[in-house]
Amino acid sequence: MQKPEPTVTKVPRADNARVVRKLLFIVVGMFGFGFALVPLYDVFCDITGFNGRTKNEQAMANTRSVDTSRTVNVQFLTRVNKGMPWGFEAEVKSVRVHPGETKVVNFLAHNLTGNNMVAQAIPSVAPGEAGLYLNKTECFCFNQQPLAAGAETVMPMQFYLDPDIPDHIHTLTLSYTMYDMTAHATPDVLASIEQPAD
Amino acid sequence: MSTVVGEMDHQDHHHHAPSGITRWLFTTNHKDIGSMYLWFSFIMFLVGGSMAMVIRAELFQPGLQLVDPHFFNQMTTVHGLTMVFGAVMPAFTGLANWMIPMMIGAPDMALPRMNNWSFWILPFAFAILLASLFMEGGGPAFGWTFYAPLSTTYSSDSTALFVFSVHIMGISSIMGAINVIVTIMNMRAPGMNYMKMPLFVWTWLITAFLLIAVMPVLAGAVTMVLTDKYFGTSFFDAAGGGDPVMFQHIFWFFGHPEVYIMILPSFGIISAIIPAFSRKPLFGYSSMVYATGAIAILSFLVWAHHMFTTGMPVAAEMFFMYATMLISVPTGVKVFNWVATMWRGSITFETPMLFALAFVILFTIGGFSGLMLAITPVDFQYHDTYFVVAHFHYVLVSGAIFSIMAAAYYWLPKWTGHMYDEKLGRLHFWCSLISVNVLFFPMHFAGLAGMPRRIPDYSLQFADINQIVSIGGFAFGLSQLIFLWVVIKCVKGGEKAPAKPWEGAEGLEWTVPSPAPYHTFETPPEVK
Amino acid sequence: MRTRLITSLLASIPFAASAQSSQLNLTQGVTEISNRVYDLHMTIFYICCVIGLLVFGAMFWSMIAHRKKQGVKPATFHENVKVEIAWTVIPFLILIGMAIPATSTLIAMEDTSESDVTVLVTGSQWKWHYKYFDHDVEFFSLLATQQEQINNRLDKGENYLLEVDRPLVIPTGKKVRFLITSDDVIHSWWVPDFAVKKDANPGFINEAWTKVDEPGIYRGQCAELCGKDHGFMPVVVIAKEPAEYDAWITEQEQIAKQAKAEEQRLLAMSMTEAELMQLGESVYLGNCAACHQPNGQGIPGVFPSLVGTDMVLNDLPAHIDIVVNGKNGTAMQAFGNQLSLRELAAVITYERNAWGNSTGDLVQAADVNEYKNN
Repeated sequence: MQKPEPTVTKVPRADNARVVRKLLFIVVGMFGFGFALVPLYDVFCDITGFNGRTKNEQAMANTRSVDTSRTVNVQFLTRVNKGMPWGFEAEVKSVRVHPGETKVVNFLAHNLTGNNMVAQAIPSVAPGEAGLYLNKTECFCFNQQPLAAGAETVMPMQFYLDPDIPDHIHTLTLSYTMYDMTAHATPDVLASIEQPAD
Repeated sequence: MSTVVGEMDHQDHHHHAPSGITRWLFTTNHKDIGSMYLWFSFIMFLVGGSMAMVIRAELFQPGLQLVDPHFFNQMTTVHGLTMVFGAVMPAFTGLANWMIPMMIGAPDMALPRMNNWSFWILPFAFAILLASLFMEGGGPAFGWTFYAPLSTTYSSDSTALFVFSVHIMGISSIMGAINVIVTIMNMRAPGMNYMKMPLFVWTWLITAFLLIAVMPVLAGAVTMVLTDKYFGTSFFDAAGGGDPVMFQHIFWFFGHPEVYIMILPSFGIISAIIPAFSRKPLFGYSSMVYATGAIAILSFLVWAHHMFTTGMPVAAEMFFMYATMLISVPTGVKVFNWVATMWRGSITFETPMLFALAFVILFTIGGFSGLMLAITPVDFQYHDTYFVVAHFHYVLVSGAIFSIMAAAYYWLPKWTGHMYDEKLGRLHFWCSLISVNVLFFPMHFAGLAGMPRRIPDYSLQFADINQIVSIGGFAFGLSQLIFLWVVIKCVKGGEKAPAKPWEGAEGLEWTVPSPAPYHTFETPPEVK
Repeated sequence: MRTRLITSLLASIPFAASAQSSQLNLTQGVTEISNRVYDLHMTIFYICCVIGLLVFGAMFWSMIAHRKKQGVKPATFHENVKVEIAWTVIPFLILIGMAIPATSTLIAMEDTSESDVTVLVTGSQWKWHYKYFDHDVEFFSLLATQQEQINNRLDKGENYLLEVDRPLVIPTGKKVRFLITSDDVIHSWWVPDFAVKKDANPGFINEAWTKVDEPGIYRGQCAELCGKDHGFMPVVVIAKEPAEYDAWITEQEQIAKQAKAEEQRLLAMSMTEAELMQLGESVYLGNCAACHQPNGQGIPGVFPSLVGTDMVLNDLPAHIDIVVNGKNGTAMQAFGNQLSLRELAAVITYERNAWGNSTGDLVQAADVNEYKNN
């Protein structure tokens, strides 16, 4: 840096530093904002039912009155992720329910491998808008599911549709994709697996 | 617009600047750095262009002839990245470095040392990106949009290099943008208030704010890709509670303002050239400024129009459709203002003007296809086809690149002190104009007829169109060598250029001699 | 110079007008929605043409009439509030005019009335899988164009790259609902004639629907970059009259049942080495060679080699596992449901004995079956 710089500026350097500081603040803030988009997106999805994401937590017990004037066809899709040797099926392909009516549907899982495994079912709803009105009061999808080698299990899911569900929704599809979470399982789930399967 | 009262600095002794490579390595002079940016961007333009030639050669005929599909995907990906981050953006930064201090009567950029850094990290970023092509498994092959999980779980090992190089490009752009903002805010000559600034300065100021707002978001997106791929997070993996569609929201939150980053400075350039060669002041200066601001603000509200097919609720689709359509209002204002500037002017057609006129027409065509793409129900048909490819190449090649060419011809006499060869310039223009249309216009038809983008092979119905497109592509690529020739010839010699070679040109840069002395405006001019 | 500019630009106008002919324009398609989309497309296109003619007309007029050569003195006006307001407000009104039909078409597309047939469409690298929700029918749909055509060793057929081994079959005149998802990366299921394009997102389902009026064969392609063979996963849908469709689906259910029974019968039989290797080679070339390459060497850094590797030479259970179940997080798919037990056994045998891998292992259908049900 031997070369002298032109110094005849009408602005003191301190002034530049002040502006730079402000701009850097924006830069850092926007970098943080990029990451803040992750939780914001989740909130946004919960509010709008964006991308068929459904509330994956326990809903309040059903206290709503049943709207017997109409029925909604609820279809169940079960899929296992690539590379996951489990059998996974719903006992029924679909049920017809009145909005407000509580139903229980059983899902069957079968660990076809010789290893103890932990799985997590990820739900998705089509049409996305309908996901807002699907309330699960009990579901295997809230937790990781341990299953011993070769074991089979019946997993119940209890749900009701909010009576506010728009009239134009006649069919609702709930899909579960089963993922292998053995490598990421929490210790207590792993511990529970040691018990003999029934 | 503004006149100068003040003594020019004619003492052109070069402050015993070091010669040879160290002059360029350590320079803090805005003109040196501007020149380096411009040469760098031209080299990258040729590098990215040669990748486009590989793409067009493979697509010349149906069937696989030259490259395998995996390499083809690397070519489309790196072509996009090189052109966006290596050619268009550094060219604008180079022009900003050269012209902004001279346009506002400042002696240099406000932060000259940072200026040096922001340039010199760029070649390293691209060395890393291009080197990744030679790694085992190849370079990035997931498109310049690097949608997860193709770029995370399913990408090759070189993804870390891609992430690293995008980080460096981002840091370079952010430093450049900070420098532009500080320069414009603090270094204007006395009397140069905001509403007297040339539009190029205005558009760059707004661009710089867009840059510092969205480049960090891009940095965040690539960081998430990095941690998802290598460190077990699951931002974009459904298994861990993430969502691949969220990647697209984050990416396009950066990506759409990025599109305007690549076109707003063009608006500034065209707003300088059209009045100069119409010999008439720019029509609607203040509405131009407001329109630029409006476009910048709207650019943050339209990102999801890139994602209509991802399955959005209908209300969201409507919102993004309306917001996108709305952008055509301020953009239209700009085009109308340019036409009104020409109206009842006294027009001549030197090369910069020819490129500027071609810009207005071809950019407007790109704007029309953009408006068509905004209409959600039809976008379902256009999305991810060659119609989109045609659209954004009209906006970026015959838009952004043509404006950069126009700027180069317009200011070459100021930079080199010589007039460029007008005959060759016109030859370059006509070759470029014809070939660019042969190249991109038929792509509209291929897309409407149903040809998806990013495919290395296609069904027979698209064969004729692709052949025409490829011929246009080769012709356009070769035409750019004329430009290289013109520039080298102009640097080496030619007719001596006066301080103001263009009769109708306005602005402080024309008050200093040509070539512009190493240091200008060490004593600030008075602007009335 | 100027006349040349004008002629070259005017030359593009008849070119644009020829966009009317079917090959160069958007398809009208075969559904009510696709027709509405086409009409909307043409409406917006014509509006753009009119605006373009006005703007470019004014521009060319200036370029001709206001040349310096004509000796004109430049005017000095540089603003006019009335004009500026007009050209802000008028485009805005035009946009509202465009938004009305666009919105009504969009709402028509979002019809959620009950459907007659539901099909689950799953994309994976690089094929589609179709599963009928109300029937026990499901199958993969793979590119049927021969590799020799792609590599220019054979003449390309009429439907080059747009043909599959097993097309999706749907009834005409009925509302068909598609549930779309993916097994690995994002794909996009597109049939231009239905104006249906929807992304297949891994872990999530999307829905789309169509109601086809005319029987026929409709072709489309994957529209979202999904890796190496993105250009080679076409969509073919056959629309049949409802009666024909019913007959077809019943037949398919029968075939599926028989195949299962046949499979059980074959379990008892052993194949010879020659039979295994012959079948194995054809299965390999059809399903594996796209990634692992015909010579088994793979593509370094992307697709692993099968030649001389530890798993292929020494670890038979792991080898069966990866072929049957795939490998999560890679392009390696689960072939357990795509191939029959015989084919699985043959391809594993082939891989263990081809290209100088001479393990001498013979894997039989029963071995694979034992593994699968263990």
